[in-house]
Amino acid sequence: MRYGLGPEVLQDISFALPSGSFHFLTGPSGAGKSSLLRLMYLGLRPTRGRVVLFDKDIALTKRYELPALRRRVGVVFQDFRLLDHLSALDNVALPLRTRGVKESEVQKHVPELLGWVGLADQLHAKPSTLSGGQKQRVAIARAVIGRPDLLLADEPTGNVDDHIAMRLLHLFEELNKLGTTIVIATHNEGLVQRFSHHNRLHLEHGTVHTVEETR
Amino acid sequence: MLGRRSDLPLKDDATSRFLPWLVALMVYLSAVAVAGTFVLAGLVSRWDHDVAGTLTVQVAPVPGEAGEMLTDDRVRQAVDLLRRTPGVKSARALDKQQLIALLEPWLGNAEVVRDLPLPRLIDVSVDPEARVDMGDLSERLSSTVPGASLDDHRVWLSRLINLSLTTQWVAIGIVVVIGGVTSATVVYATRTGMAVHKGVIEVLHLIGAHDDYIARQFADRAFSLGFSGGLIGLALAVPTLGAIGWAARRVEGGFLPSLSLPISGWVVIALLPLAAALLSMYTARLTVHGTLARMP
Repeated sequence: MRYGLGPEVLQDISFALPSGSFHFLTGPSGAGKSSLLRLMYLGLRPTRGRVVLFDKDIALTKRYELPALRRRVGVVFQDFRLLDHLSALDNVALPLRTRGVKESEVQKHVPELLGWVGLADQLHAKPSTLSGGQKQRVAIARAVIGRPDLLLADEPTGNVDDHIAMRLLHLFEELNKLGTTIVIATHNEGLVQRFSHHNRLHLEHGTVHTVEETR
Repeated sequence: MLGRRSDLPLKDDATSRFLPWLVALMVYLSAVAVAGTFVLAGLVSRWDHDVAGTLTVQVAPVPGEAGEMLTDDRVRQAVDLLRRTPGVKSARALDKQQLIALLEPWLGNAEVVRDLPLPRLIDVSVDPEARVDMGDLSERLSSTVPGASLDDHRVWLSRLINLSLTTQWVAIGIVVVIGGVTSATVVYATRTGMAVHKGVIEVLHLIGAHDDYIARQFADRAFSLGFSGGLIGLALAVPTLGAIGWAARRVEGGFLPSLSLPISGWVVIALLPLAAALLSMYTARLTVHGTLARMP
């Protein structure tokens, strides 16, 4: 994988994520964690090689089939990518609304989930008025509201204190128990150690160096 | 459509400010062009209807002291000949007062007009179903009645109708060009909007929004802007058309034929804002689909 005419940022990577697995994606800054996640959430197409998602070869998948695949993937972006003009509730509701879920269902489930991540009193707050940690929790709520089959999170605990971080990780574990495959990119070694019973993909210099099966 | 939720902050775009005014101008110009087309179509139809089945026979005045009497005799001969002709329904000679009344818009009603040696006119009505040989009738008239000539209006009428039809097609062409310019502007505005909201569109894409979900939001906004702009254009066009009609009615006499806009013309003009809105909506939708198709 390369950007434009630049050097390859990812190379010789080959791995498969079993359905229902939980992985930490670790590695130093610049190792290519975000690029790997972008390939997995279909934000990029590989310049060479194959990406197979839910048994579909992305290179052979028609463009109109991609939304259906993307709906099975929840993403927590490193920079949150919340829509500033929408409230926390509307941001989290986006995946449901794009799927045409009834508004009564949206109004029932979204406040419930926002309450779970500790933002019950911020339903109508715009992202610009939220702290970094609150934004991150909104982003996580948006990623999980559609009960995705695969959850990709890029540094999801980077802006929250330990207590919230643990709470979020437990949320991910709950989702994982319900069958969601989880990949969390982080360089927070402490967190990885605390949840060392999960798998780890370690990226360095654009390639996966170790795959530790700790489970 | 106007009240549907939008995830894109399109209300604050610069296009929201200029597009309605541009559409207003386009609808205004279209309304004037459409009105012109309908008025001309009405005129052509009226001329055709009024003149079909009518002829005019002109009898040149005879000079001299007894000229008036001789001219009256010739007019009588011509009327007799015409009434005997199969297919002629009526032939009526216009008296001098009627001739002067016809000339009044051009020459006024000064006393001097009454002394002019005016040719006498015979208004002839022909059965449109009957096949009257105009060449033969013209020949018989000129040989029987010295100074008599036949005018069946066809030459000048066909030229006038050709001119009107050409003008109508030009007006229709103007409406098509206006539609094209409106579409091009909507394409530009939509692409600008997509560039401004690229980040939001990308997020919507990544969470699984179909192209049409995004396109619909741009299309709804374009419809709303196009419709409001169209209503402004219509509000400006109606008084303009009213003023033109009022000014035309004020022109006395026969300089201008009646320039009334038929009901069908008003209906088409009233539908212009909706047409502009639909054109804007579909253009925006196609533009978004075309642009998104190039995204990964």
